[in-house]
Amino acid sequence: MPLTIALPVFDAKLDAAGQFPLRAAEINTLQVNVGKRCNQACKHCHVEAGPNRTEEMARETAELVIDALRRCPQIATLDITGGAPELNPHFEYLVTEARALGRHVIDRCNLTILFVPGREHLAEFLAANRVEVVASLPYYLAQRTDAQRGLGVFDQSIEGLRLLNRLGYGQPGSGLALNLVYNPTGAFLPPAQAAIEAEYKAEMGRRYGIVFNNLFTITNMPIARFRHFLECSGNYGRYLDKLAAAFNPAAAVNVMCRSLVSVGWEGTLYDCDFNQMLEMPVEQSSPRHIKDFDLYLLSRRAIVTGEHCLGCTAGAGSSCGGVVA
Amino acid sequence: MADYYDENDLSRFAEIGKERPDLMEKFFAWYGATLEEGALTKREKALIGLAVAHAIQCPYCIDSFAQTCLETGGNTEQMTEAIHVASSVRGGAALIHGLQALRSVEKVSM
Ligand code: SF4
Ligand code: SF4
Repeated sequence: MPLTIALPVFDAKLDAAGQFPLRAAEINTLQVNVGKRCNQACKHCHVEAGPNRTEEMARETAELVIDALRRCPQIATLDITGGAPELNPHFEYLVTEARALGRHVIDRCNLTILFVPGREHLAEFLAANRVEVVASLPYYLAQRTDAQRGLGVFDQSIEGLRLLNRLGYGQPGSGLALNLVYNPTGAFLPPAQAAIEAEYKAEMGRRYGIVFNNLFTITNMPIARFRHFLECSGNYGRYLDKLAAAFNPAAAVNVMCRSLVSVGWEGTLYDCDFNQMLEMPVEQSSPRHIKDFDLYLLSRRAIVTGEHCLGCTAGAGSSCGGVVA
Repeated sequence: MADYYDENDLSRFAEIGKERPDLMEKFFAWYGATLEEGALTKREKALIGLAVAHAIQCPYCIDSFAQTCLETGGNTEQMTEAIHVASSVRGGAALIHGLQALRSVEKVSM
């Protein structure tokens, strides 16, 4: 009898869907995590970010990111994340250089950063550079948002959104994109994106007078702080079963790692920000540092997967831009 | 038997179809179809499910529909209102039977 080695759950599901091994496709986004420092310390944070973290991208590494963009015009988008990416002293350098190269820039903004002393000019800087703002707002009510992100975060986030609205963000015809992120405030899956987006639009307008463009629903990944919460609350097994049961082959085809490369604060290349936090770099035969960035080789790489990947393929799927199927 | 109710039974629900899988299949198809989006949204149906679960006091259904309410974007304010509807209808149903009691009393009273 031939010896058969069982594939891990995620790979077995990919295999059954004819998608194993998962391979990259055309890369159109460079997602750069510029550091783990954050003015918040959210309970679900997969970066385990917080005010006491010291990891941050150095200027030389930021320059290598810009070099890679310059060499690869096919990469249309620079997606900057953290921590609170705006706390990195080279954030504005990255934005202005990438914009000068004609690239679309996304700032994954926690909104409260707009009021941190020394960052008062930030909102205007983002608007002047026509940066797309993707902002977390796990629910349109204070209680559930604060339970995840910290007491008082909701009220300040609303103020942040009002400030962005005043600058034109989210307003029809302004070209300044303001997208919100819904993520479940516990061990459950997100609702249908279109339905909750319509509800957010109505509630955010009615309750707070706020407008925005799109709502992205993102599934919580069973890693880092959220995994810790799952384990402590006795939900880990049940949550993983839920993700596995909701595996959607159509989502697997469109997982975001196929179209992006993720760069860590020290320049290491990863398949996504989640693999980055699990310290799982891109496969060994690919370039593994931004200084060696090679679009041709990276767009042919096999993706390094783990059980956490089930978070990207449950239901309508999940990515930094919301559902994928 | 340590407990009459075991939360793990929820995920083993299908096992009850061991003897008559044909009937179980029909049940699951029907059950699933009733909860699909239609004239009512999935959330509205989940809230109805939650309300009924409380009226019939089924801990499995309460657990399951509470999760479905969250997963359709619902919140505890909406869930609480649905539970109050179930409770007030139950309460009303008990109360209106009071008329039967009064009639019964009338029947034998001078
Ligand atoms: S989730 Fe975002 S805002 Fe919250 S701690 Fe993590 S990086 Fe900071
Ligand atoms: S966790 Fe990362 S590697 Fe896994 S499927 Fe999601 S994006 Fe791809």
